[in-house]
Amino acid sequence: MDALRRNHVVVTGQEEGPVIMLANGFGCDRNMWRLVAPVLARDFKVVHFDHVGTGASDPSAWSDERYSSLDGYAEDVLEICRELGLGPVVFVGHSVSSVFGVLVAGWEPELFEKLVLLTPSPRYIDDAGYRGGFSAEDIDELLESLDSNYLGWSASLAPVVMGNPERPELTEELTNSFCRVDPHVARVFARATFLSDNRADLPRVAVPTRVIECAQDVIAPREVGAFVHESIPGSELVTLDAIGHCPQLSAPEITAEAIASFAARDR
Amino acid sequence: MMSRPGHEHSRAAGSRITHATPGSHLTYASLLEDNAEDLYENAPCGYLFTLMDGQIVKANRTLLGWLNRSHEEVVGHMRFADLLTVGGKLYHETHFAPLLRLQGEVSGIALDLKAADGTRLPVLVTSTVMTDNDENPVMVRTTVSDARDRRSYETELLRAREEAEHERERFKRLASTLQRTLVPPALTPPPNLDVAAHYHIASRDEVSGDFYDLFPLVAGGGWGLFLGDVCGKGAPAAALTSLARYSLRAAAVYDPDPVTVLNNLNTVLNTARYDEDPRFCTVVFGKLTPEREGFTVTLASGGHPNALLLRAHGTAEYLPTPGGQLIGVLPDPDVATTTVHLTAGDTLLLYTDGLTEAHTSANADDRYGDEALLNFANVLAPGTAAETVAAIAELLDAFGDGLDDDTAVMALGVPSR
Repeated sequence: MDALRRNHVVVTGQEEGPVIMLANGFGCDRNMWRLVAPVLARDFKVVHFDHVGTGASDPSAWSDERYSSLDGYAEDVLEICRELGLGPVVFVGHSVSSVFGVLVAGWEPELFEKLVLLTPSPRYIDDAGYRGGFSAEDIDELLESLDSNYLGWSASLAPVVMGNPERPELTEELTNSFCRVDPHVARVFARATFLSDNRADLPRVAVPTRVIECAQDVIAPREVGAFVHESIPGSELVTLDAIGHCPQLSAPEITAEAIASFAARDR
Repeated sequence: MMSRPGHEHSRAAGSRITHATPGSHLTYASLLEDNAEDLYENAPCGYLFTLMDGQIVKANRTLLGWLNRSHEEVVGHMRFADLLTVGGKLYHETHFAPLLRLQGEVSGIALDLKAADGTRLPVLVTSTVMTDNDENPVMVRTTVSDARDRRSYETELLRAREEAEHERERFKRLASTLQRTLVPPALTPPPNLDVAAHYHIASRDEVSGDFYDLFPLVAGGGWGLFLGDVCGKGAPAAALTSLARYSLRAAAVYDPDPVTVLNNLNTVLNTARYDEDPRFCTVVFGKLTPEREGFTVTLASGGHPNALLLRAHGTAEYLPTPGGQLIGVLPDPDVATTTVHLTAGDTLLLYTDGLTEAHTSANADDRYGDEALLNFANVLAPGTAAETVAAIAELLDAFGDGLDDDTAVMALGVPSR
């Protein structure tokens, strides 16, 4: 299948600039980057896409089997990189997308020039000698929240909207559209995200990596940031003076700067 | 601190309630008083103001009451997310907060407040971002409303939906298991004859009754074969299919003459009356007799579409069996027969009418039809049994939603030398 169409890949920014690929995490769609992308687009070529099952991706591409594991999403990233053929990219993964970056870096390191992990967590559930911040019951509670909030989603509208990425006005009419996901898809994605354990994949990352964490983040607390940093050989850790799990929205200037300064280094 | 009697505005309001009992208008007046402070503190919903980092800078009495917390505990010391369950925090961080930033407002989100004693209160939350003169976000204004009743109703709906999905899954499994038992797991062709078959399922939700088989005959040698289509869908069709299959097998043991076999099936279907359903089918039964060169096939048809013969030299023709009547309707139906000799490279194709009745356009009258099938076969011929069935299977797939009935196909081919 054509990965560029499947994930509705869009390339903006500088034609000749170094390539930055932005991948959003679980929850909302590519709009997560809309305060940061224009800043990056001044100096870089910027690649955006939506994970299958979200945003403007092809709804027919969804498969319970493929997307029940993080490998499925990571394989999509790998296929997009191959099809784009833009050479090694600077991959910026937010939240669970940082894990996709880690996986692809382990499989085919030559696809990435650098890796930026924004508020990453390799495992959300506490384990012996490791504090991810959550218990299995907490994750069940999240699934409950998903079940009680079908954000702006309705079975009758979703195919129309999702099938018309070229007509964004259709989406504008609906509230909460940035986080619109088929509740079933949201459930599968949430389970894959919050029940995963990718700690063992971190040491395999051999491309230059910058970990960016927030000063206060309930989803990826400081000790998780430190764990990721210590587990990836030669990585660096930047702590943003920001609160919450999505600094690209709450503190876009310093987030863009933290990405751009790393992406531009050694050129 | 509910009222401040004597306020000018309240007196004006009170004067409108003239029908009230004497002396009571002052009480009404004080209740209706335009007291913003009171309205805010004791509104029937929780109010709070937070900074952009979530820190609570103001919360009303209603909310504090729900939380069972003091003003000092909450204001200036907690963030909005701290009021939520852990799952709610996750949801807040991954959906609520990003949406609020992206849209400037979020409405009607279902979350659970966690009170000081650990009890949970289902609420609906609506937030709007307040901006300064330069459109910079500065604060968030949030209302929280009690959603206990609504949530329990929604939980009930969800439960019902899950139950329905579960039932549907169970039914699908049942249908596909049943469907599988209606077609033989393997066909037993004679030596020097290739056989291939295909069953196209139009709907996973419903069993439809097409059937076929090919098996050695005990009495008098040779092989028996049949292919048919029962009326109706669902469980009655499945039961009828099963009845037709074992009746045909049993009848063939008793006397393999094709006309006799179909007459016996007709008797069975006519006597096995089940009150509610009409029980009939179209069916073709054949007897294969090996010859020195190839096979002789005698076909008897009870209202079934004509078999197709793909000749070794590259043409195709129907084997007409005109006048054959449905099996199971009349006490003594007409059964039409035809006999054909298959030699090296010839292939005989049997099919059910799902194939020719397939819709080829949105117009309900546009069906694939006999002529199109003959043209298709003419292009295809010559072809082995496997090639022929593969080509028909591909054609059936190509019909997509136009194919609304199950379709069975079976081909018998004498290998070329």
